[in-house]
Parts: sequence; C-alpha cells; structure tokens
Amino acid sequence: MSRAITPRRKAVNTALAWALGLLIFFPILWTVLTSFKTEATAIADPPVWFFFDWTTENYSVVQERSGYFRFFWNSVIISVGSTLLGLLIAIPAAWSMAFVPGKRTKDILMWMLSTKMLPAVGVLVPIYLIFRDTGLLDNVWGLVIVLTLINLPIIVWMLYTYFREIPGEILEAARMDGAGLRAEIVHVLTPMAVPGIASTMLLNIILAWNEAFWTLNLTAAKSAPLTAFIASYSSPEGLFYAKLSAASTMAIAPILIMGWFSQKQLVRGLTFGAVK
Amino acid sequence: MATAHSRTAARLMLAPATVLLLAWMLIPLCMTLYYSFRRYRLLTPERQGWVGFRNYENFLTNPAFRDAFVNTLILVVGVLIITIVLGILLAILLDQPMFGQGIVRILVIAPFFVMPTVSALVWKNMFLNPVNGLFAYAAKGMGLQPYDFLSQAPLASIVGIVAWQWLPFATLILLTAIQSLDSEQMEAAEMDGAGPLARFRFITLPHLSRAITVVVLIQTIFLLSIFAEILVTTNGGPGTASTNLTYLVYVESLLNYDVGEGSAGGVVAIILANIVAIFLMRAIGKNLDA
Amino acid sequence: MGTITLNQVTKSFGDVQVIPPLDLSIEDGEFVVFVGPSGCGKSTLLRLIAGLEDVTSGEIVIDGRPATEVPPARRGLAMVFQSYALYPHMSVRKNIAFPLRMAKMDKAEQDRRVDHAARILNLTDYLDRRPGQLSGGQRQRVAIGRAIVREPQAFLFDEPLSNLDAALRVGMRMEISELHAQLATTMVYVTHDQVEAMTMADKIVVLRAGHIEQVGTPLDLYHQPRNVFVAGFIGSPTMNLIEGPEAAKHDAHTIGIRPEHVAVTDDGPWQGTVGVAEHLGSDTFVHVHGTGLAETLTVRVPGDIAVRHGDAVRLTPDLACLHRFGDDGLRL
Repeated sequence: MSRAITPRRKAVNTALAWALGLLIFFPILWTVLTSFKTEATAIADPPVWFFFDWTTENYSVVQERSGYFRFFWNSVIISVGSTLLGLLIAIPAAWSMAFVPGKRTKDILMWMLSTKMLPAVGVLVPIYLIFRDTGLLDNVWGLVIVLTLINLPIIVWMLYTYFREIPGEILEAARMDGAGLRAEIVHVLTPMAVPGIASTMLLNIILAWNEAFWTLNLTAAKSAPLTAFIASYSSPEGLFYAKLSAASTMAIAPILIMGWFSQKQLVRGLTFGAVK
Repeated sequence: MATAHSRTAARLMLAPATVLLLAWMLIPLCMTLYYSFRRYRLLTPERQGWVGFRNYENFLTNPAFRDAFVNTLILVVGVLIITIVLGILLAILLDQPMFGQGIVRILVIAPFFVMPTVSALVWKNMFLNPVNGLFAYAAKGMGLQPYDFLSQAPLASIVGIVAWQWLPFATLILLTAIQSLDSEQMEAAEMDGAGPLARFRFITLPHLSRAITVVVLIQTIFLLSIFAEILVTTNGGPGTASTNLTYLVYVESLLNYDVGEGSAGGVVAIILANIVAIFLMRAIGKNLDA
Repeated sequence: MGTITLNQVTKSFGDVQVIPPLDLSIEDGEFVVFVGPSGCGKSTLLRLIAGLEDVTSGEIVIDGRPATEVPPARRGLAMVFQSYALYPHMSVRKNIAFPLRMAKMDKAEQDRRVDHAARILNLTDYLDRRPGQLSGGQRQRVAIGRAIVREPQAFLFDEPLSNLDAALRVGMRMEISELHAQLATTMVYVTHDQVEAMTMADKIVVLRAGHIEQVGTPLDLYHQPRNVFVAGFIGSPTMNLIEGPEAAKHDAHTIGIRPEHVAVTDDGPWQGTVGVAEHLGSDTFVHVHGTGLAETLTVRVPGDIAVRHGDAVRLTPDLACLHRFGDDGLRL
C-alpha cells in the first residue's frame, strides 16, 4: 500500500493482533509454563503465571518413568522414514507427470487425490487384520508403510506443482547435452527442485508426526510414537498437570519449530497448489 | 510432447506410485466390502458366514448411528463456520500494517502443529476440567459455578478444541489469498466511492471465494475423520453424545470386536465421504487447468 | 560431417498431422533458417531433428548415418533454446562444461574447452557467476557456449533471439553470423522474423502449415518468390499484392510489387490519396489508398518526401520487378 497509515491506526492494529495472537497461542504457552512448575503450583488457585520456582524436574521424571525417548525415536523413525520412502516413490512419478504428461495424467492425479479421501476408518478393519496376520501390528515399519501410502498423494501433488514450475526446456537441454534419464534427474531436476522437495519433506514430516488415527490403532507398547504416548496420559496421569505438560511440550516442540519454518509451503501443500 | 523413449521411461517411473496406491486402495476396500456382508466377530472367529445386508441393517438401525451421523454433521459444520468466520476476520486483521506481524503470524499458526492427542489432553485437563481447569478457576473467581464442559456439553467442547486446531489453517490460507489481492483493484473501488464495508462485500469476499471453497473442502475431509480428540477427551460419551461416525466404526470393530458391522460402517463412511469428495475433486480439478 | 537429410518425414500429434510428408537436405556448413508464421511447424521440425520428438514416419539421416531412432544425446547436435534453458543452480563455467561432463571428458580438457569458448564469447569474466546474475545477452552467449564446446555436427537454434530487446537482437544476430563464419559448422535456425532469416541464412526454408513453401537463398526468395505466400512473407515492408482488374491487365490473378519498386511520380498509371506517411528519415513509407483498387499500397521512397494525409499522388510501378501469380497462387 502506498498510502500512509496513521500511527494511531497502526498501534490499534498491533494491539488487537497481538492480543488475539496471544489468546490463540495461550494454551501452548500455558502448557510450556506449567511444565516448569511443581505439581502443587500447577494446580494452584488462583493460577500462578510467571513467578514461581522454575524446575525441570518434570522432564526428567517423564523420561525416567515412561521412557520418553523411546516414543520420540519411534515418532522420528515413522515420520522421517515414511517421508523419505514417499519421496523416493513420488519423485519419479511427479517427474513423469510434470514433464511427460499424457492424456490420462490429469485423471491419474485426481485419482491419487481421491485415495486421500477414502476415510481411514473405512479400511481400518482390513488393515488391522492384515497387520495382525503379518506381524506388522505394533511394528514401526508397519506404520512407516501405512503413513507412506497415506501421504503419498500429497507428496506427489506437492512435487508435481513444484516440478511444473521448472521449464521443460531445461530438461530438454540436458538431454541434448548428453544427459541420460538418471543424470537428468540427478544433476538437473533435483538440484533445481531442492526448495520444493525440502518443503514437501518438511510438511510431510509434520503430517506424519501428528497423524493420530493409524498410530493409535495399530500400535501398542513397543512401537508407539508420541501421539500414542500422550494418549496414554489420558488417565489417571493426566491429573498430574506438570508432568502432562512436560510430556506434551516435548511431544510438540520439535514439530512446532519445523512448522514455523514451513508455514508458507503449508498453504500450498495442503491445498494441492490451489492456493499459493 | 516427447519421444517414445521418454514416454516409456515416464510410465515406468509412474508405475510404483500408481501400483502401490491402487493396492492400498483396492485391497482393503474389497476386504471391507467382503467383511461387511459376513458375520465375523473377533471373539468367535470360527462362526463366520454370509449374512447379506444384516450388518448394514444393524449398523444403520443402531440408534448410535443416527447420533453419530448427526454428531458428525454438527462437528464438521460447527468447526467450518467458526474457523471460516474467525479466519476471515483474523486474516483481514493480520493483513493490516502493524508491528511484529511475523511474530503474530507464528503465534496464530502454532496450534496447527500441535498433535491432536496433545491438544485434546491439554484442553481436557488444564482448561475444561471442572475441578482444576483454568476455566473452572475463572468461573469461581467470578463467583460462578464451575461448568463441567465435557459431561454437560461434550460435543460443543470437542467442536471448540477442533476449531482451535483448525483456525490457523483457515487463517493462513485466507491470509495468503487476501495478500494476493491486487491493491489497485481496492484503490479503484475506493475511487468509485465504495466504503470499507462495500469493498469487503464486493471485492474482498468474491476474491476469497476460491480460498474459502478450498478451506471448506479440505477441512471437511479431515473433520469427517476426527478421531484422536474424541478418544482422548470423552471416549464418545457420555452415551453417544460425542460419538462421530469414525469413532463409532472404531467402537464396533476394535472395541466390540464385530468386524462385520464395523466393516459395514466403514462402507457407509466411505459412501458419505465420497459424496463430499466429488465436490472437492471438481473444485480442485478446475484449478488444475488454470 | 554435418549434413542433415529428412526423407518423407511426417509428424502427427494424435489425429492432427502437423508435418505432412517432407523432404529436406541440409549441406555441411550451411546456415539454414526455417521461417514461417507461428504454428507453421518450424519448431516441431527442429525438435524432430534434435530428437526431442519422435517422427511419426520417415527417416532422418545425420552425417550419413540414420538417426531416426537415435536419442537426442547421441545425435551429435547441440541446441540453443528460446529460453536459453541454462541450469540455474550451476555457475556459468559448470553450465558450459555440462555436456563435456556428461561425455565423461577429462577435467583438464573440459577446462581448456570452456576457457576457449568463453574467450570467443567474451564470457571469461563471468565464468563464476550464476545465470541469474547475467543480462539477457550474456545468458544467450552462455547458451551458445554450452553448444559450441561439444564441437557438434550441427547447431540447432530455436528462436534464440526472441527474448532479447531490439538493439541486443541486432548485435546477437551479427555475433551468431560471425560465429558461423568462424566455425563453419552447420547451423539450423528457427525464427518467425523474416529479417533474421534474410540477414543470416545461406538457405531459407519457408514453412506454412508444415509444408515447405520454398527453399532458396535469401535473394532467390526476394526476387523469385515461388508463390503468393512467400511473396507476402519475405520482405519488409511487405509486398503489395493486388488482385482484380489491375492484375488482369497483366494476365495474372494476383500481381505483386514491392514497396521499393513503386515510385511517387507526377504522372503514372495508378493514382490515390495518401493515408499515412511514415517518415523514418532515411526512407518514407507512404500508404496510399489507390483509386479503383481494393488494397492499400505501400510505397517506399528514399529520403524525405513532403506528402501528408489526404494528398493526391500518382504512382509508377517498376514493371521489371512486377511479380505475377496465377489463381493457384503460384508464380507465372
């Protein structure tokens, strides 16, 4: 906007936006604050805000009692593993649809998207039974497979929208310059698409990290990721607010930070490129 | 436009993704269909057999189904209305010049990255709990009787929690759309004598229509399958007061061990989701050409 | 060496035949320009030669060897694209060296060739920059550099100058011509700009709707256009084409006379009123609404002439330079 905004109006905007922003953020802030309180301070009435004896005791208790890091690693393996596997399958697919489109390319893309709309619960029973019979139940690799397939359409779509922005002439130039298909993808396409691939990866890790249908239904003690770990706090440990908060903070912190970096790509990824 | 060689390569490279997704879609789908016509209880797995549409009958005539259907609708529509109305207002506010815009954006977007089980648990215990929750404290502080949200208004509470999770998504997408609005268009409207409200009504809102469609459709997909929030907060109760379709199918198949009826419920959920999906595919398909 | 022969080559996209059976031979060292209006199939033809598209039928022979089935990388051709198609993530040096790297040439030889090409193209100071930091003309030169290091059998240019501004275009045009003189390698050049075709080509191929309308040297085409289409396409300002009774006087369906072959005279067989006079300084283009003629005539007068809108003038065509075409459009 070229027009000058009065300082007063800007001040009002600022105050209003910050107030609302803090209000929306408050549950997270409160959780983080509570995680540093003792259990007694955590349920003090009236609530204590910032001035209490800060302690990190809850964090060590959570780790000792329930082995937080085991769940953390399961989450890492599941989210990163499914993302990498997904990229491996999706990059060639997106390449071929973006640069060698055929008559049915659009149909295939739409169909891939439609698999995403299959409600998970509709296939819960068979997947559960297949996993039970193949020993994949409560197995991190089983979840890696499921989450790869669940998010594959999103990965393909995101990559496709990024790849389409790369001019086809550059790939043709590589072909003229003597690059084979592999060299074309490795030396030319991938380096040019690095930003797109990185954001796809980031968004997908976030989605996989927070996925809470399959991770809850297909895991038990051994392979449970953080979603299931937190769900186990439902009762009665949930009443220990400080420990609940510490566990929650640890579960969301890594992804919250990643999420903040990916907010621009988020829009594009989750709307399949319809809003940029 | 390419050579036969590259087309062959393209087909080969497309194959893994297509075949995997096809398998992922078809195999369980066929199995769900198959089980939905079978008697199959995990507790008595030896007594299996064809039962025709009995499972569907049982599922659809189960009073819980009607409740779940209505609850699903309320959940989806309620969250959509809250997130879109607030989302538009927030997006317009965030589009204004201010200090620390980036930080406010970060604050607003944060809930989207909180895993569903965490947000459900934090809300349930630390805010909505009638004894030790912050809302209870606030009520007591004002001399009111604490309200037991999750037993008195379980569905509304879940709508609130889910809306909190999805408001950032709606806001972010609407904000992106608003920022792509050509400022000359606004200035032209202003020159034409349109006041702020008229500008919102005739310029901003039509410009946002596509983004709003996208928000509605994508959120619907996710909202139809809300699960963790219910599991953690109310377990679908009291009674079936906060059971949605997804949760009902879960209860039938994995808690009541009735694979047959659970599968029938799954098929019903798929059909309902498909009705929504058709609209979504159309909307997105149009954008593919653009 | 760099001879390219097309035998009965056709190309269809689905049911649409964009190139009907076509024969063409390009001699070694020749500078051949494909020219025609947009959509005439000239770029497709170039891409067929490059191997970026498959021919639907027919045969392509490069350097005496059948190349129809050979992938683009092994045809020994280098191509300069309209968008330059530089690799944005590589430095200029790496861009130019890329084909050599793909050919697994040893590093020292790569450097030697890149440095040599950079010297020819005045790019030595820019070798460590990224394409994004270069001007349009410099990018163009990098694209050419990437083509020449391979020492190809032939260069293919796909409208390489269309993204440059007018002044730069003239400069690059001369640079490419000079490069051709230096390297004496076959060049196939696609453009829609007949000025580029006239100034650069040894041989022009005029295309329309996939058909070759005429093949010849620029002056052949100028003096002896084979049909009305070529007559109207080659030359600037375009040839005046007149039908009707005036043409019938010359026993033709259509007669053509170039603006430079009409003079404004005190007497003369044609008369009319001036519509617009464009004063370029060196020349004046006078657009005349002829009396009894449907067409507006363009007349090119050397130097300046004081005519204005509405003036009555008389015109004298140089009958030696009159082109006559039959009702099938062919030259009589």
